[in-house]
Amino acid sequence: MTLSDELRHEPPEKLLVECVSKTFQVRSGKLLALENISLNVREGEFVCLVGPSGCGKSTLLNIIAGLDSPDTGRVLADGEVVTRPGRERMVMFQEPSLFPWLDVFDNVMFGLKLNPRLSKEGRRKVALFFLKLVGLEKFIHANIHELSGGMKQRVALARALAPNPRVLLMDEPFGALDAMTREQLYGDIQEIWAKRRKTIMFVTHNVREAVCLGDRVMLFSPHPGRIQEQFEIKLPRPRDINSVELAKYSTEITRTLKRHLIPELAEVSE
Amino acid sequence: MKRWTTAMLAFVGLMAIWEWLVRAGVWSPVLVPSPADVGRYLVASIQDKTLLEASYVTLKRLMLGYAVGLGFGLPLGLLTARFKFFQNTLGLLALGFQTLPSVCWAPLALLWFGQTETAMFFIVIMGSIWSITLAADAGVRNVPPIYARAAQTMGSRGLHTWFKVILPASLPFIVSGMKQGWAFAWRSLMAAEIYITILTGFGLGHLLHYGRELHAMDTVIGIMIVIVIIGLLTDKILFSPFERFLHRRWGTGK
Repeated sequence: MTLSDELRHEPPEKLLVECVSKTFQVRSGKLLALENISLNVREGEFVCLVGPSGCGKSTLLNIIAGLDSPDTGRVLADGEVVTRPGRERMVMFQEPSLFPWLDVFDNVMFGLKLNPRLSKEGRRKVALFFLKLVGLEKFIHANIHELSGGMKQRVALARALAPNPRVLLMDEPFGALDAMTREQLYGDIQEIWAKRRKTIMFVTHNVREAVCLGDRVMLFSPHPGRIQEQFEIKLPRPRDINSVELAKYSTEITRTLKRHLIPELAEVSE
Repeated sequence: MKRWTTAMLAFVGLMAIWEWLVRAGVWSPVLVPSPADVGRYLVASIQDKTLLEASYVTLKRLMLGYAVGLGFGLPLGLLTARFKFFQNTLGLLALGFQTLPSVCWAPLALLWFGQTETAMFFIVIMGSIWSITLAADAGVRNVPPIYARAAQTMGSRGLHTWFKVILPASLPFIVSGMKQGWAFAWRSLMAAEIYITILTGFGLGHLLHYGRELHAMDTVIGIMIVIVIIGLLTDKILFSPFERFLHRRWGTGK
């Protein structure tokens, strides 16, 4: 390797999705869930995938997480092919996925206990740190069923952040929450992202949410799942979801989205 | 505490009505002894140690048989839940055997093992193992797949996932299966003790049997009461703490 090669050598993309396709077998035949998806995510970037329900966004996220495997193409994380799930890419799921047999603290400890490099005391400290970060230090020994929906998602966020993943994959994590709680969490997640400098990939069907959170918003259209367009969101942070500038962006994106999917437009909220 | 007082008062009232009915001569004293007679029998049999020894013999059989039933039933249930092959073979067998009343094992046990403790164990094991297997199987199948997926993203694999996620997640099912298995074991042991006479130890079932043979109604009713009390106590001591824990954690029941 010559010096010029060395100097030209750029660090690999944090996430690189290359020509990923995925087909599901359904009763009426085959369903092409994803067709030839390619995208890249830079280190520390906050990327939002927007599209109507059933457009394959979650499938793509699961493939990036390593929970599903693509039919064709591949996913590279830090230049390495993803073959199975691992704690360098943590997922925050749409459905409640906290373990009801553990209390809040032990839920956060679950992933930490699987990290052999940490001492027992170290794990406790890390868990407490992240529970404090999401504002739940008073509830560390609460049972999961005792928490409100918003608190549950905060625990899930702490659990996902605690093993120090390089990439955070979020699959409509706030979908089931009321608007007030959601707005609060938008603030929290932006603050945490700014503090911890994670690479985040965030799936949602809510355009405003995507514009509020993302550096970049990718538009997905269904049948088959494809990336139609990308938008750079150049708004200062922290962003307020109710601001006028943000509304302008989301109106524009929603218009574009509707152009791509007239029949599905009913499912997309601004 | 209030619950206990209410329960105690209700039972005392029941006994008073019973005593009164006996004194009023509603039933033949040969068929229905007075609670005082039953009480006298219980005190006497505690004093001459027959009751304690019989309870000890019965409980030892029950505990050992149940422990073996649990030790095999639980892993078998995990096997049938995990592997299609075992589900189609062992799972079907378990379902069939669970519907078989466990006293039906008595003739076979007698012929295979003779009038021995082994025959007793065999019947208790056969009585408890299948419902535990089926409960463990159902428990594992009812675990939402999201739990295992979430655990995998945190780096959990294979056996770790089984022991730290699948098993605890299916605990509500497993505990109710364990309870059912216990009830079946208890039933089958009583049937076996009444049915099979063995010389290595007289259990409560034998006392009941001889009570009938000697037409000692105070013995029959006294032993029945003891059997009910043991059943109640084991439920409260063995399973209630588990169930309370589950209810607290899962937020179910009240």
